[in-house]
Amino acid sequence: MKLKLTIWRQRNPAAKGKFVSYPINDVNPDMSMLECLDVLNESLIERGKEPVAFEHDCREGICGSCGFMISGVAHGPLPATTVCQLTMRHFKDGDELVLEPWRSASFPFVKDLIVDRRAFDRIIQSGGYISVSTGSAPDGNTLPVSKEVADRAMDAAACIGCGACVAACPNGSAALFTGAKIAHLAILPQGKPEQDRRAVRMVAQMHTEGFGSCTNIGECTGVCPKKIPLETIAVMNRDYLRGRWRERQAPVTTIAPVTNWDFEKTERVP
Amino acid sequence: MTDTIKLDARIPSGPIEQGWDKARFEMKLVNPANKRRHTVLVVGSGLAGASASASLGELGYNVKCFCFQDSPRRAHSIAAQGGINAAKNYPNDGDSVYRLFYDTVKGGDFRAREANVYRLAQNSVHIIDQCVAQGVPFAREYGGLLENRSFGGTQVSRTFYARGQTGQQLLLGAYQALERQVDAGTVTMYPRSEMLDLIVIDGQARGIVVRNLVTGELSVHLADAVILATGGYGNVYYLSTNAKGSNATAIWRAYKRGALFANPCFTQIHPTCIPVSGEYQSKLTLMSESLRNDGRIWVPKQHGDKRPPNEIPEEDRDYYLERRYPSFGNLVPRDVASRNAKAICDQGLGVGETGLGVYLDLSEAIDRFGIETIRERYGNLFDMYQRITDEDPYETPMRIYPAIHYTMGGLWVDYQLQSTVPGLFVLGEANFSDHGSNRLGASAMMQGLSDGYFIIPYTIGDYLATAKPAKVTPSHPEAQAALASTRRGIEKLLGIKGKRSADSFHRELGRIIWDCCGMSRSAAGLKEAIDRIRTLREEFWQNLMVPGWSSDLNQPLERAGRVADFLELGELMCIDALDRNESCGGHFREEYQTPDGEPQRDDEHYSHVAAWAYTGPDNPPELSKEPLQFNYVHPSQRSYK
Repeated sequence: MKLKLTIWRQRNPAAKGKFVSYPINDVNPDMSMLECLDVLNESLIERGKEPVAFEHDCREGICGSCGFMISGVAHGPLPATTVCQLTMRHFKDGDELVLEPWRSASFPFVKDLIVDRRAFDRIIQSGGYISVSTGSAPDGNTLPVSKEVADRAMDAAACIGCGACVAACPNGSAALFTGAKIAHLAILPQGKPEQDRRAVRMVAQMHTEGFGSCTNIGECTGVCPKKIPLETIAVMNRDYLRGRWRERQAPVTTIAPVTNWDFEKTERVP
Repeated sequence: MTDTIKLDARIPSGPIEQGWDKARFEMKLVNPANKRRHTVLVVGSGLAGASASASLGELGYNVKCFCFQDSPRRAHSIAAQGGINAAKNYPNDGDSVYRLFYDTVKGGDFRAREANVYRLAQNSVHIIDQCVAQGVPFAREYGGLLENRSFGGTQVSRTFYARGQTGQQLLLGAYQALERQVDAGTVTMYPRSEMLDLIVIDGQARGIVVRNLVTGELSVHLADAVILATGGYGNVYYLSTNAKGSNATAIWRAYKRGALFANPCFTQIHPTCIPVSGEYQSKLTLMSESLRNDGRIWVPKQHGDKRPPNEIPEEDRDYYLERRYPSFGNLVPRDVASRNAKAICDQGLGVGETGLGVYLDLSEAIDRFGIETIRERYGNLFDMYQRITDEDPYETPMRIYPAIHYTMGGLWVDYQLQSTVPGLFVLGEANFSDHGSNRLGASAMMQGLSDGYFIIPYTIGDYLATAKPAKVTPSHPEAQAALASTRRGIEKLLGIKGKRSADSFHRELGRIIWDCCGMSRSAAGLKEAIDRIRTLREEFWQNLMVPGWSSDLNQPLERAGRVADFLELGELMCIDALDRNESCGGHFREEYQTPDGEPQRDDEHYSHVAAWAYTGPDNPPELSKEPLQFNYVHPSQRSYK
């Protein structure tokens, strides 16, 4: 089949970007979206032109590297699917697909379809863990965890950190990503001791990064390749409110967002 | 010339059960106040790299961790599906540390180092405890306790899992521990940073040259020790289950700086992957081996039976694994399952359009346990299969075929995980140590985490306390020379301005190696492969096209550098396979097989680790041998019948 790919091309954040259209003949319906871009890139390289830069790695929908908007929908039209697993059989001969990067002020632009998602790492740094140093753990069966609880924790823990939730949200909110980690750890007994502190710090970091607020629209869970449930945001809000009250005396500091690639030491902001 | 380098594995003397305790007691310690004065570089952020960075950070070392992805959470450990072994014996079915040790040595076809494997089995139980405490949501029984399942190559249930996403959950556990240390200020993370050379000063590994993949800037990072945890080299085959970015550049460039490369021909072909469908294909997708627990593998008995699988009656199906290996059946180790799939397809009995596929059928399990139980166990795998093939595995059997999945070979390390370059440590799949010539399922993650959480924190302290590395600065001539040669290498790739992309060379290389150094190998085929790789390499350096600039984010340039290294490594794999005149594990030489087609080892001549040294661009590599001794598990013909 034949497709027209209209792709956002921009060499770097300082350069001016524009859409460029590429007709692709011989699209095999079994190809993935990324394999379709591979074929385009191969032809560009052979002509000595710069290929389309896009992020990808595992190509089996679990690493979270890939992702862009396809005609306005994060990861394209198929539910619960990343672009690396989206096969071309879901499009029709003659379709035009418009590919553009995640648009969010908190995901600074890098090149073509690539953005900088380090904000997510900084949210995890701000308490998205259980503080247990190597060697200090009790036997794995010491604390029984009911199957229902383990399953709910797993549902939240399945997040791959791709950023589609932010890109789809009209507010540019990272509530689903942050809520997923808060919920995963809050649901398990191992995560209880740090429950309040974790929610307060992670939410504060989310705000420092400039992500918008959640207004319960639900676009995020709609495009989420792992179907992270919207309830995780409710867990986040509950834990945040309770934590804010209980820890009202404790000062909260966050990490200053870094947008350059010089790897200077990060700062703390109150 | 052979045996020019004496390989001292530093295996502790005395009974194997006490070896690790003894070694730990004998190791020197670094005073807690002095730890922060030591800088350690960790390259790679997968299970081994992230767990090492986190654990060393917790101890107080000043750690710098590098990964080429945009975040350490992307490392390919994340894609491991099935599970992680541990000798917990929770199911009370006869497991023990000794049995896990025994199974792993036997599963590796007697080409692994016993002492390392024993330590791995001992550490396995601590790994589960650590991961549970970190909040890894392992599968649970209704009573709230941890659930286990069985895996290929074993007769006990010792595999812990988190749905079909065990690797993801274990990696996120290690990643979170790493981010906790970033927050604490002990670890500095360098994402989108690729190591391009190792800096060796006065015989010690003292640093790396790194390219910033966004700005293209090259920089020198110096330290007291360097840890490589950069994964395996399965992508040398182009089509593999590895991530597209997985590469051998870090270990290959360390090899060129003096680290020995051990058993490069030991590669693992995984039996249960989705078959190849077309030329454009960029990677292969694994269907977890755990499916073999509940699935039965079969092909039609008659040639050219084109009926849909559901319409083929029982009597017309050949459950060839159950027929040939009655005691292990569908749970034979990976090398055996893969070889049998290839053999049956070579006989023309394969299924699917290409004839390169066999059925993996879960319909009996669906009838026995109900669709809900199966959905719970394998739901995400079934979804993935359906997305890729457009077929519903709840209704029709899946088609599977073997694909390259893991590399047992890697940089040679001693018991302390130190390579032949002092101060250079190698962890996880990047080293060669624990799996012999075939890795059993659910043991890669065990090894990565054992190395990172429980071994390197001790052995690096011993090195730092003993070697006392002197102070060096980036202006040191060796550091500047490495920087300059890296820069020249990049300019050379950009300057060729030929007609072919790096990917097109890579695809061609992959086909050569898959055909000649894949599931079965022969002397004639390997010699031919070596010639063809050399010719291809010549063309690469004359006809490569890398558009763009070195001072930009330039993905074709990144790929070209990695393919250049694969073009050299592929040749070393063939040289090693040609030198090993026996069949063992994943290394099947057609000339050496038993009358019923099983691999024929030659313990008299080949019970050793083959470690290759780089001797210059135009010289053949030099072989050193580390003899293997089996004092506990006595080599026998591996039988799963």
